[in-house]
Amino acid sequence: MALLIKNAKIVNADKIHSQARDILIEKGVIVQIAASIDAGDVKTIDAKDKLVMPGLIDLHVHLREPGREDKETIETGSRAAAKGGFTTIMCMPNTTPVIDSAMIVDSVIREANRVGLVNVIPVGAISRGQKGEELVDVFELKASGCHALSDDGKTVFNSKLLYLALQYAKMADILLIEHCQDPHLSGGGVMNEGFNSTLLGLKPDPGISETAIVARDIEIAHYLNTKIHFAHISLKRSVELIRQAKKQGIAVTAETCPQYFSLTDDAVKSFDTNTKVNPPLRSKEDVEAIKKAFKDGAIDCITTDHAPHTPEDKEAGFDTAPFGMIGLETAVGLVITELVDSEIITWPQMVEKMSKRPAEIIGLKTKGEIKEGMDADITIIDPEKEWEVRREDFVSKSKNSPFIGKKLKGCVDATIYGGKVVFQGK
Amino acid sequence: MSRLPKVMDKDSIRRALMRIAHEILEKNKGMDDLCIIGIRTRGAVLAERINDCIKEIEGAPLPVGVLDITLYRDDLTLVSTQPIVHETRIDFDINNKKVILVDDVLFTGRTIRAALDALIDFGRPSNIQLAVLIDRGHRELPIRADYVGKNIPTAFEENVKVVLEGTDKGVEQVVIEKRKNT
Amino acid sequence: MSEWTKHDLLDLQNLSKEEIELILQTAKSFKEVSSREVKKVPALRGKTVVLLFFENSTRTRTSFELAAKRLSADTINISVSSSSVSKGETMLDTAKNIEAMNVDAIVVRHGSSGVPKILAENLNACVINAGDGCRAHPTQALLDIFTIKEKLGKIEGLQVGIVGDILHSRVARSNIWGLTKLGAKVTVCGPSTLMPVDVEKLGVKVSYDVDDVIKESDVLILLRVQKERQQENYLPSIREYAKKFGVNKDRLKPAKKNILIMHPGPTNRGVELSAEVADGEYSVILDQVTNGVAVRMAVLYLLLGTKEPGIIDS
Repeated sequence: MALLIKNAKIVNADKIHSQARDILIEKGVIVQIAASIDAGDVKTIDAKDKLVMPGLIDLHVHLREPGREDKETIETGSRAAAKGGFTTIMCMPNTTPVIDSAMIVDSVIREANRVGLVNVIPVGAISRGQKGEELVDVFELKASGCHALSDDGKTVFNSKLLYLALQYAKMADILLIEHCQDPHLSGGGVMNEGFNSTLLGLKPDPGISETAIVARDIEIAHYLNTKIHFAHISLKRSVELIRQAKKQGIAVTAETCPQYFSLTDDAVKSFDTNTKVNPPLRSKEDVEAIKKAFKDGAIDCITTDHAPHTPEDKEAGFDTAPFGMIGLETAVGLVITELVDSEIITWPQMVEKMSKRPAEIIGLKTKGEIKEGMDADITIIDPEKEWEVRREDFVSKSKNSPFIGKKLKGCVDATIYGGKVVFQGK
Repeated sequence: MSRLPKVMDKDSIRRALMRIAHEILEKNKGMDDLCIIGIRTRGAVLAERINDCIKEIEGAPLPVGVLDITLYRDDLTLVSTQPIVHETRIDFDINNKKVILVDDVLFTGRTIRAALDALIDFGRPSNIQLAVLIDRGHRELPIRADYVGKNIPTAFEENVKVVLEGTDKGVEQVVIEKRKNT
Repeated sequence: MSEWTKHDLLDLQNLSKEEIELILQTAKSFKEVSSREVKKVPALRGKTVVLLFFENSTRTRTSFELAAKRLSADTINISVSSSSVSKGETMLDTAKNIEAMNVDAIVVRHGSSGVPKILAENLNACVINAGDGCRAHPTQALLDIFTIKEKLGKIEGLQVGIVGDILHSRVARSNIWGLTKLGAKVTVCGPSTLMPVDVEKLGVKVSYDVDDVIKESDVLILLRVQKERQQENYLPSIREYAKKFGVNKDRLKPAKKNILIMHPGPTNRGVELSAEVADGEYSVILDQVTNGVAVRMAVLYLLLGTKEPGIIDS
């Protein structure tokens, strides 16, 4: 089935095309881009006044299935992703059971295909059961469809295990994603250590718990001459370490999330447990450093760390409520409002951070660009539309967002996955 | 503002208190087992003054206490913010004593009801007698005064304003004014 | 004199100097009530006060209960262990269920900072914080301030040392807010591992030498040092803490003659202070307990004033 996008102002990571184009899609592939295409009687979308981007790719999502389907399912998470403009998402393995075998990877992919709204790529665990003890069967996981492995939620704290895992992953040519947080240094902390933690009397997690692991991992990657990807980087000092490593030619890549450039730990003063996230919200200085890191490429990409939780779990004291906030449906609005509209990054840079680089990092060669021959994964953005984040508008099963009530500029107008319109705004 | 009808001046207040002191001593046949307790704020001032008169007559003072009845008011649930609580100071035993309770104006009787409840919590006096500077009528409870400085018939919506040196600003007097906002 | 308009008592941070002084003045009147033969006044007759404790505390709970009873309010004790909360009912559910029985005030203690604030935002009943996490314990600070004022006649210009585990202390935080607001100078003292980050920004000095602090102080507030801090490696040993920071008779020799020794209790005798000091001439620890009831009566009385406008018949 064919699809024609008319008057598309195409944004790729290298540039915004100055002239509007028509894009013809057939069998899930972009077959023609031209000034004007007459495809006869096919389904047509008019993208006048909109921006047309390659489908957004989120390397860090928690779908909770299997195990906590009360929080999110592959189906509801896929729907939230499509609404948020994402056509590919990687789901983290900290489910119950943990995604650490081909059988569980298969079941996730099968369910994702049944839903068919977005491309779901499971991330396998690094250690069995994410226990940090024994390495998983890396080749088997890769063969079953994983593009990356991670013990996300926890650091691979055993340095020897990480050392061996990186060596093995290099041979298998699969990415390792590290959740950087020394478990002893963070020691049950629930918010960033600083004046605010002193003021609020909440258990502090000092930034060194992140940076110490970043530094260790850079050294191991350097020694082994292998790549490693850092999840949800949140600190100025981490950015400095990563920037320096990149300068030295070490193959590190890094992501951050909208909460780390939109909010500071001042937000915790409300005691809203939706501001409890791991790593914790940091200081203003860190937020500024993260924004700067987009400009010089110290941070490669933006992910959401979409982490759904039920109100029952979140309506606890700040100490006991689980970490995490949902993010799939607010990411585009926050990126445009906080970064593009504030001229921190350009539209092509937004595509780079949210589609091109993520595709490169996990080796998706047919995604991340709007070009003839590429997959027809396309996100159409309305750059001017102003909207308010409302609880009742979330399609994610969970509503744990600290951004409820916030006014944002720029939203997803339509999402096309494999040539099929999977979301269309009103 | 219209001219306020003055009903007592400094001298007439002094004379009335002296008369009340005489009446108290006469009725109780001397000072034995007597004590005086004034209701904050003006009742406390008047209690001291009556005691001064008694000292002048008998050569010795009576024990004097101060009672704050805020916590016993029956309108606590009606007021918008809690009235300020002041200290109650009764440093003597009132059991089996004859207590002269003193207030400035006797009106609905509700303040006296509260004061009686408060006193009972301090002990069991042999009796309680009430002395007031002004009785203006309009009782809402079965209460009467034993000693009255002056009876002043008033309309309900009027206000009897007692100005005493030591607690209030201005010339010592008793005047009648229209109540505000009614 | 200022009027009381606050609906809840969550911390001293958001009270004005005048409001704190009104509580202290009211408490002074209530202290007299507790000295009477009949220690009860009818001011809160018909009101219901729920003591909702998610964390054990015999002392604070008893003090609040006595305070409410002396004002003739009815009291209900509810102790919720965190395990029963995790059985599906959220903390907010529990509180809303209790409120639905038409209670007027909820006195809440919770191990997690911020819970009283969340309850206050979601309930109509008055919420009184009886201690939340490491954040605030406003009535403890108020009774400490009341005791200091009673003994030394003023707060302004006094030098107050707070010694111990500042990091985990809600008592320290509330006292810092209250005392600095009323013009006292506060020095916090304890092991560097138990000193919260950027604590100076609260307007206090930091010292690691208890002898220096003893010399300059008019008041010493000693905090309880939990035995767990040793297992968690915040302290090498309780013994070393006692030697380095514990207050004993010898240490007090260079102190001012009328120094006050305070402790929120329960004391670890032989750790943060010696038995001699706890029972000695400078100790006002029992006065603190007595005054706690008066201060809590004042807080209950002021908060439970109804909100509809009415006429005061005077």
